Amino acid sequence: MTRLPHWAAQSVAAARVVLVLTLLVGLAYPLLMTAAAHVPGLRHSAQGSLVTGADGRTAGSSLIGQSFTDAKGNPIKTYFQSRPSNAGTGYDATASGAGNQGAESVVDTPGKQSLLTQVCARSKAVGELEHVDGSRPYCTAGGVGAVLGITYDGGTSGRVTNAVSLNQACPAKPFLSSYQGVTVTCAKPGADYSATVTVPIRGNAPAHPVVPADAVTASGSGLDPDISPAYAELQAPRVARKRGTSEASIQKLIKKYTTGRALDVLGEPTVNVVELNLALDRTYQNPKQGA
Amino acid sequence: MAAWIQATIVIAVVVGLHVPLGDYMARMLDGGRHWRGEKALYRLCGINPDKEQTWRHYLVALLAFSAMSIAALFVLFTLQGPLPWSLGHAGMPWQLALHTAVSFTTNTSWQNYAGESTTGHLAVMAGLGTQAFASGAVGICAALALIRGLVRRSTTDLGNFWVDLIRTIFRVMLPLAVVSGLVLIALGVEQNLGAAHTVTTVAGGHQTLIGGPAGSWEPLKLFSGDGGGIFNANSAHPYENPSAWTNTIEIVLMLLIPTAFIRTYGRMIGSLKQSWTLLAVVGILFGLLLAAGSLAQSAHTGTVTAAVGGQTEGTETRFGVPGSTLFGISATGSADGAANASYDSFSSLGGGVLMAAMMLGEIAPGGTGSGLYGLLMAVMIAVFIGGLMIGRTPEYLRKRIGFAEMRYVVLYALVAPTAILACSAIAVALPQGRSSMGNAGPHGLSELIYAYTSNVNSNGSAMAGFNGATDFHNLLMVAAMLIGRYVPIVFVLALAGRLAIQQPGVVTVGTLRAHGVNFVVLATGAALVLALLNFLPALSLGPLAEGLY
Repeated sequence: MTRLPHWAAQSVAAARVVLVLTLLVGLAYPLLMTAAAHVPGLRHSAQGSLVTGADGRTAGSSLIGQSFTDAKGNPIKTYFQSRPSNAGTGYDATASGAGNQGAESVVDTPGKQSLLTQVCARSKAVGELEHVDGSRPYCTAGGVGAVLGITYDGGTSGRVTNAVSLNQACPAKPFLSSYQGVTVTCAKPGADYSATVTVPIRGNAPAHPVVPADAVTASGSGLDPDISPAYAELQAPRVARKRGTSEASIQKLIKKYTTGRALDVLGEPTVNVVELNLALDRTYQNPKQGA
Repeated sequence: MAAWIQATIVIAVVVGLHVPLGDYMARMLDGGRHWRGEKALYRLCGINPDKEQTWRHYLVALLAFSAMSIAALFVLFTLQGPLPWSLGHAGMPWQLALHTAVSFTTNTSWQNYAGESTTGHLAVMAGLGTQAFASGAVGICAALALIRGLVRRSTTDLGNFWVDLIRTIFRVMLPLAVVSGLVLIALGVEQNLGAAHTVTTVAGGHQTLIGGPAGSWEPLKLFSGDGGGIFNANSAHPYENPSAWTNTIEIVLMLLIPTAFIRTYGRMIGSLKQSWTLLAVVGILFGLLLAAGSLAQSAHTGTVTAAVGGQTEGTETRFGVPGSTLFGISATGSADGAANASYDSFSSLGGGVLMAAMMLGEIAPGGTGSGLYGLLMAVMIAVFIGGLMIGRTPEYLRKRIGFAEMRYVVLYALVAPTAILACSAIAVALPQGRSSMGNAGPHGLSELIYAYTSNVNSNGSAMAGFNGATDFHNLLMVAAMLIGRYVPIVFVLALAGRLAIQQPGVVTVGTLRAHGVNFVVLATGAALVLALLNFLPALSLGPLAEGLY
């Protein structure tokens, strides 16, 4: 009998251990857990916390957010709206994910809106939908990022020689007529402004905008089922109007689907939009065509 | 206010649980009888569990096991298509399969793919699941060998790798996985083997929901230092992390084993004074990171942050910004690397703190096992410097820390910084490296440095705007992960062998006391200064340039 060298003998043992572990902790463990998850008490959540619609069929999951928009992507006004989503074209549960843009993503490039412009556009749209002021700091009235590309005679400092509103393509009228005495121009499509100094302009929007933060930012998963109580509050008058009921009764429903912080300190208060809208459909007529 | 109480609760629970778990691990992992089932398992695999190994033999076994693990995963991922539970997903191309195999075997779990569109249930359970257990246990094994080197006298025996591996998995990890898995399922995590099914939504649209064994996966992902997701969104996905409760439990699970293992160390060396000292060092470092991260996240410095009025982009409503920050610091301070938010959309300085947490060398509290050996290396450096300052031969636990020992410590300490900076430099220098940045300017550089810091340090978290799914990054990351995981382990085991053969020294009045307030300050300072010297230039070009301009 020939003896294997030490490393080879250990490799044979290693291969066996990998195989045994795969069978025991790679297969037996998750399969037994799956079997155990069928007991009452675990079964509902193990199956994905599915919810039933008014017609008795599965209408999704209370944990996975949904879009409440029509085929064109416009909000259906009889429903509470979810947060913006970066999962696929919006709440696509086969493509979870975030936008992954940083806090200094402020200049639009061809084919890719900056995070700032996305925020500004959403704020404007929500403001119009709910009939409130949608203005935000660093946003133009038109709903793009208020950002100038400045050229100085001394490179990055000195006298301003040129000022371009980077996110407003010509022939748009710049949000600011002049910057330090220099007339602001619109951005020529295709021109390269990468050598200019990027200067975001604060503007005079209130520091605490009317449209809440969660209404203008996307979640980490793109599948967030919740909105903040503030955003639900903002939408209540519109939903009440469209459903032909009083605001007070809608407020009551919001309260029912609001979850406070766990133990008063863990996480944040939330309103589950999927459950809230399901309850709306159960409680009130849904004039869907009235969207 | 709620944010600080939330953090305090998490820390209190971890510290509270670390005592019984650490004591249990010491009883289970060090000596004692083999269980009957274990004996059968050793026989089946042709292993003599009572044969002690020298450091070289221990290393050979560890590397052989890792090599076989990589091979098994590679085969599973490339051949996935025709196997059961593939959900119709084809096998991965070889570059991605190699990256993923190395990633999960090295306990990194950086993913250059989206889980829901790439891996079926078999790949998740038998592939990722097996290695989540095993790769975490390998870290514990290396740490156990180092502890034995410190405890034992005049011997070359450091224990048996196979026994350490099997005991860690079956006595510690598996029971913890079953218990915490069932709790998470009860709280809403899904656990089924269903395929994707399409439903008509409330508003009459269509949505395709994806089943998966998330409940059995989550505990492994969190407590083993693995951190990879079944879904692309990782712990931000409501099926992986459905509520503030599960979020809190997940954070505790990430910190639990690395913290408890410090206690195990104290038990094994017979000095709980030592383990409390190390816990103090870890606590200070974690506290500093958490304070810095929380301040950076709540001070609205960025342009978009100011426009929004908060750091909510990329965070889930149910966790909030504080819940995401605490998760992020815990995922990078431990070597876990899970994510419940988009770290790419953290504030510039907040993202910088996550990077700094990894650059500290994953010691606050670090990975399973790797956290402790990283911490002991920082301690040796502190002992050496402290010994020189008072003019005595540096000693630790009555072992001399002389030239030969320090050589291994210094080599260990150089691996990660060298690999991180070299890989980042290569990637920045080449167009195929740069083109993967998802953001412009300094933030793009932050993404790239984050990527290689995460890969070398076996963390696995990402600023996910960075596109690692190119041949160039797949292969450079494979090199980064292999170097970052196994080269340090070689030095750890070599040091263990070197310490074990020493005769015990004599404690004299001149010996530096390796506990107490002075030593805590010295060790914490040593860890911080080393990290700052290594990484401050890189950090100043990325997150500092973006956040402070």
